[in-house]
Amino acid sequence: MADEKKNTALTRREVIQGSLLGAGAAALTALAARLAVASGPKSTVWQIDPAKCIRCGNCATYCVLKPSAVKCVHAYALCGYCKICLGYFEQGRGDWSARAENQLCPYNAIRRLYVDEPYYEYHIDESLCIGCGKCVEGCEKSGNGSLFLQIRHDRCVNCNQCAIAVACPSGAINRVDADKPYLLKRKDGKP
Amino acid sequence: MRPTSWLLTAIAVATLAAMAWGSVERFPPPELPADHPLPQPTTPAPRGGDLALLDVAVLLATLALASVFAVVLRNRKLMLATMLFSLAYFGFYRRGCVCPIGAIGNVSWALAGGYVLPAVVLVFFLAPLATALITGRTFCASVCPLGAMQDVVALKPVKVPFWLEQILGLMAYLYLALAVLLAWTGSGFAICQYDPFVSFFRLSGAWNMLAIGVALLAIGVFFARPYCRLFCPYGVLLRLLSRVSWKRVRITPAECIRCRLCEDACPYGAIRPPTDTRPTDRRRGKLILACLLALAPVLTAAGALGARRLSGVLWQANPTVRLAQRVAAERAGEFSDTTKASEAFYRSSGNFEALMAQARQKQVDLADGATWLGAFMGLVIALKLIGLHTRRRRQDFEADPAACLACGRCYNYCPVHRAHRTGDFATLEKLKAATSKT
Repeated sequence: MADEKKNTALTRREVIQGSLLGAGAAALTALAARLAVASGPKSTVWQIDPAKCIRCGNCATYCVLKPSAVKCVHAYALCGYCKICLGYFEQGRGDWSARAENQLCPYNAIRRLYVDEPYYEYHIDESLCIGCGKCVEGCEKSGNGSLFLQIRHDRCVNCNQCAIAVACPSGAINRVDADKPYLLKRKDGKP
Repeated sequence: MRPTSWLLTAIAVATLAAMAWGSVERFPPPELPADHPLPQPTTPAPRGGDLALLDVAVLLATLALASVFAVVLRNRKLMLATMLFSLAYFGFYRRGCVCPIGAIGNVSWALAGGYVLPAVVLVFFLAPLATALITGRTFCASVCPLGAMQDVVALKPVKVPFWLEQILGLMAYLYLALAVLLAWTGSGFAICQYDPFVSFFRLSGAWNMLAIGVALLAIGVFFARPYCRLFCPYGVLLRLLSRVSWKRVRITPAECIRCRLCEDACPYGAIRPPTDTRPTDRRRGKLILACLLALAPVLTAAGALGARRLSGVLWQANPTVRLAQRVAAERAGEFSDTTKASEAFYRSSGNFEALMAQARQKQVDLADGATWLGAFMGLVIALKLIGLHTRRRRQDFEADPAACLACGRCYNYCPVHRAHRTGDFATLEKLKAATSKT
């Protein structure tokens, strides 16, 4: 008699547990179905929209990587090959020789190559660039704006919440399709 | 959208882009010598899709192995090995992203229509939950890199009063609700932003987050896995599902001799003693239960109303609301200077009215969300009280299905488990005799 009672009690417990498990599985399946509707196969990465970027300098300080995964990129096709490049030289020094103290870049990351009199070509040494955007601001103000900041995906760890995106005052950093991971400036104005 | 509206949008975007970029060509590019080709900017590709599939494969494999090791093989050493591998892979190799805990933000944002949820994130969010339904929180034990970080420093765990952990544990529910609300309203992914160990995985990061991580690890020496037990928002979901799980960690493979060794061995205070004595005053117990049941709707309503009144605190978390408040204050002449954000707004020749309308909408959303958050917290507290009041029948020392992190430490302390492993039943009989005397 006692045994019988014990058995039925156990069964009742098992039934309750089983139905709870079923309810949990059903709830999870429903959630999965709802999420499947809101999902797609493509991954996303972070990128800076050069049209929104205000060169505030947060990219250099807020990235979790030191130095930042943001680097200056040069759209050579847009470059005016200015005789005095104000992305390269610091304004107001009056001396346009390529001495370190005359250069705008605090890390000497811009290499100036002679092309043809009077043209020089400016290349970014990404191992030195910290993404502060000083050169970008200079080029934007007095040149063609051919220098701009981009998140470099060989360095970016693709944090789920980009720390610079949180700190960006103009909301220029957003997720883009991983298939088109760059928003490069082009001559025709199309990103 | 119809094809025509696509076309119009494309034209508008192209025109705007041309205005923004094309118009600044102050100096037309010169004719360069023919032998000098124009260089193109390089575009190093992000981590490839195949590697994302590898992440998914590793996640599913470690989850499956952890479950088999914990529930079928009952082998702590293999679990530990899996945990260290996961720490190396998801922690130091993948540097903390992608992870199921942070995926709460992605999922909430995708459900709110913010973006299309990547399939990889979907799998990362769902797979540990599904595993919890089958074998309990084996994800916590052997797959989660945040858990592993704390697990390796849990050297001198002390017993914390049951009531204290129950009260402090409510923080995880609040954290989950806040994280969902902030992601839902597009205010950012709080869980990822305040991930305490990610700066260790990347070996760089903000000093304040590093400090929180170090503090948690220091506390974790004495209070094992503080993040998991008190804060982890994903743990809230896993707790719920592992309560009803099909299989889970059972301390003893056969009968329990009530030696209490497992209870002392558990660093997480997750082992509950048997409940032999029937409650003496059942009338009083029923009365209290009735009161608690009546209290549940009261707490829920009070939480909803209270949180709605306090929702102004959350406005600061949303960048649109912050910017609108700042710009409005600057226009009213409250500040003589500008911030970077307001400067960017003026430079973009943004529409003030549109910004204010957007911010008002966000404020409404945040207030509504806060109401739900308050109701949720009220309900959680009420259910917790009811749960603590109802008597669970336990004949043996058992792991609390919600609190057990499935680490398997108790196995090796259980003399019955050892006897079944070694076949040395004589020692077990001696122990049984000794424990029955005391």
